[in-house]
This record gives sequence, structure tokens and C-alpha cells, in this order.
Amino acid sequence: MKLLFNYLIFPGFLFSLFWGGLGWWVERKLTARFQYRVGPPWYQNFIDILKLFFKEQVIPKDSFKPLFIASPIISFSSVLLVILFITQALFLKESIFQADLLVVFYLLITPSLFTILGGFSSANPLASCGAAREVKLMLSYEFIFVTSLIVVLIKSKGNLSLEGIISLQKSFPFLGSISGFIAFILGLIWLQAKMGLVPFDVSEAEQEIMAGIYIEYGGPLLGFFKLTRALFYFILPLFLILLFWADNLGWHLIYKYLIIILLISVIKNTNPRLRADDIVKFFWFLLFPLGLLAIILAILGF
Amino acid sequence: MGLKEKILTKSLWVFHISAGSCNNCDIEILDLLTPRYDVERFGIQLIGSIRHADVLLITGAMNKKSLKRLKKLYTQAPKPCFVVAVGSCTCSQQMFKPSYSMQAPLDEIIPVDLYIPGCPPKPEAIISGIVKLIKKVNR
Ligand code: SF4
Repeated sequence: MKLLFNYLIFPGFLFSLFWGGLGWWVERKLTARFQYRVGPPWYQNFIDILKLFFKEQVIPKDSFKPLFIASPIISFSSVLLVILFITQALFLKESIFQADLLVVFYLLITPSLFTILGGFSSANPLASCGAAREVKLMLSYEFIFVTSLIVVLIKSKGNLSLEGIISLQKSFPFLGSISGFIAFILGLIWLQAKMGLVPFDVSEAEQEIMAGIYIEYGGPLLGFFKLTRALFYFILPLFLILLFWADNLGWHLIYKYLIIILLISVIKNTNPRLRADDIVKFFWFLLFPLGLLAIILAILGF
Repeated sequence: MGLKEKILTKSLWVFHISAGSCNNCDIEILDLLTPRYDVERFGIQLIGSIRHADVLLITGAMNKKSLKRLKKLYTQAPKPCFVVAVGSCTCSQQMFKPSYSMQAPLDEIIPVDLYIPGCPPKPEAIISGIVKLIKKVNR
């Protein structure tokens, strides 16, 4: 009973969906304010998602149907699992499931992977174009995020468990040191790219390839992708806080979360969209040396 | 009507079809998204893919070529969806009616929920039209 409560309501599905939808709204509202607009009301994202579940489901004739249907659902459920692991470390005292950093990392890759597969299986040239771009994007941002994870691991002396990483930061967060700060910046850029926000939104690119990967999705299946996105708005900033900034938890999480949302919103609204090859160059030749520098600094103890 | 329509009217995603318009109506539609009018505060978004559409916004007089595409797009849109005709061209074909490439008025081809006349209609007129549509659906 308690397990079910933890899984479905707090801090599981409903709580994180509520928080994620609000976080998404904050980001949309900030974007609107940057453009001198009023912006949507606070419940907009929930209504959008609910509406999608009432719409008719169209499945393209030429698509590979099993994968087309399965990929939104798999990506949603894997994010839900990650949420369970991270929130029990952040909010609950006892741990129900045993999971470490590597499991979380793999489960966070799964949604992106299945978005790509869903795009390829929908038999639309624009969707394949978007999916191919997303593959390139993934090869760059996950690669960079590994370097910042290595910095965390060096600082935690090889302790992989999430609770261990939090307890090590009780007195002094990893963010406070030079290498930790660089790794945090890399993590922030990873977050931007993973959510597909503006400088890195080549795979959705509404003005070039319509909706990219999501072009053939509509109705409930698109609703699952939107749910995944809302949960991403909850879990990715919290994951970054857990890794680098976990000195004060509890109520302090709220302002830390809002600061991260503000940062990604500022990056989103002050940058144009990059080309796919420019993104790869940016990540591999600019950020990767930075990541190496952070690793070296972390080994030296800075 | 029911809860379903109420939710739908709070988050209308609009797919814009230009069926051979002179581009003036299209510009007025883009005006709706600018800071001055900002329809996102009503939950209205312009989207790129027909599969996400709740509203088909049609501008232009529908010539031979665009008519075929229009029918196809209408069958592709997931239901329930509304059809809005923006501009006098779409509502009545106005001065293009005698032209050789005109086929039939829009409402003889697909059911139309809302007509917004004007050449081009002002953004205020489009917003008031959409409010009327929402009222009609919720009644
Ligand atoms: S109604 Fe007027 S402005 Fe609109 S497409 Fe027709 S001619 Fe152009």
C-alpha cells in the first residue's frame, strides 16, 4: 500500500507530473515575458496533455506499427522509473529500490533512444530527418555528460549510490569547486540539449521540418511524449541539483529548481538555432576539452 | 456539450492551410501571435504538423490544385477538429469566382464551423470569431 502510494502519488507520478507541468509553465511564461507577451495560464500544460488523450489516434499506414505505438509508452515508463530512483533519494528517508548513478544514466538515455526509433518507424521523410539529427545530437550531448559524471565520481571517490553522493555534499556542494563548477555548466548544456530547447532543437525545428520526430504522432501517443516532456522538466533539473548542488535539500530545492529553469530559459531566448553539424563541433571540440580540463582539475583536487 | 469539448476549446492547436491566398490573410494570422495580440494566453498555438491539429485555419480561394490537398489534409486531421475559414476569399471566393481554376466554395467540400469575412480580416475580428466558436461549442 505504502509502496503504491509512493509510486503513484508522492513522490512518484502525480506529484512529479504536477511539478513538471508547473516548471514547464514557468519556462513558457518566462519566454512569453522575454517577448513582451502575456503568456499562457498556469494550467495550460495539463489541459494540453489531457486534450491529447481525448483526440483520435491516427496511425500511418506505412509505419512500423509495433514500434510506432510502443516507443512513446516505453519512453514514458522509463522516465517514471528514473523519477522513482531520484525522488526517493531526495524526498524519502528510507530507500525502496536500489539503484545507482549508472542505472539512472541508462534509463535517462532510453526516452531519447525511443523517440528516435519512433521517428524512424513513422515512415515520414521529415521524421527520419529529425530522427537522424537527434542521433547526432545524442552522440554529442551524452558524450559530454559522461565527462561531467566522471567529475562527480572522482569527487565522490567512486561512490555510485545517489544517497552517498547527497550525503557527501552535506557540508560542501560539488558546485563550489572549480572542476565541479565546470561540470555543472556542462550538465546545464546537456539538459538544454536533452530537452530539445532552442539552440539545440534541430530535431523538432518547427520552421524547417515541421515537428520533426513527432510529425506523425497525434492524439494519445503524442500525449505520452508530452507527459515524458513534462516529467523531464521535473527530473532533469533535480538530477543536476542532486549531482552538484545537494547541500541544502527540502524547501531549498524550490529556489534551486527555479534558478535552473531561469538559466535554461535565458539560454533558450537569447540564442538562434544551431545547425546539426555546428552542434557536433560545439560539443566535441569546445565542450569536450573543457570536460577533460574539469576531470584533470578534479584529479588534482580542485 | 461535454467535458471533452470544454477541454478542447481551452487548448486549440491551429494548423494553417494557405489554399492559394494572396498572403495578406496569412500575415494577419501571424499577427495574432505577436506581443500585441498574443493568442497563446488563450492556449492557442500554431503548430506545424496536421496530426496535432485541432483547428484547420484555411485562407485563400481554393484553386484546382490546392483543393485536392485540402481534402487530403482534412481526412488526415485527427477528429474532433474545427474548420475555420478566414478571409472573404475562403468564405465566398469573392472576385475570383468567375476564374477558370475555381472549383467550389469551401463549405460544399468540407463542413465549416466558422466564417470570418474581411479582406483581410483584422486580428481583432479573428479573435472575436474564435471566441464565438468557443461559445458555440460550449453551448
Ligand atoms: S480575403 Fe483578401 S486578403 Fe485574404 S486572401 Fe483573399 S484577397 Fe487576400
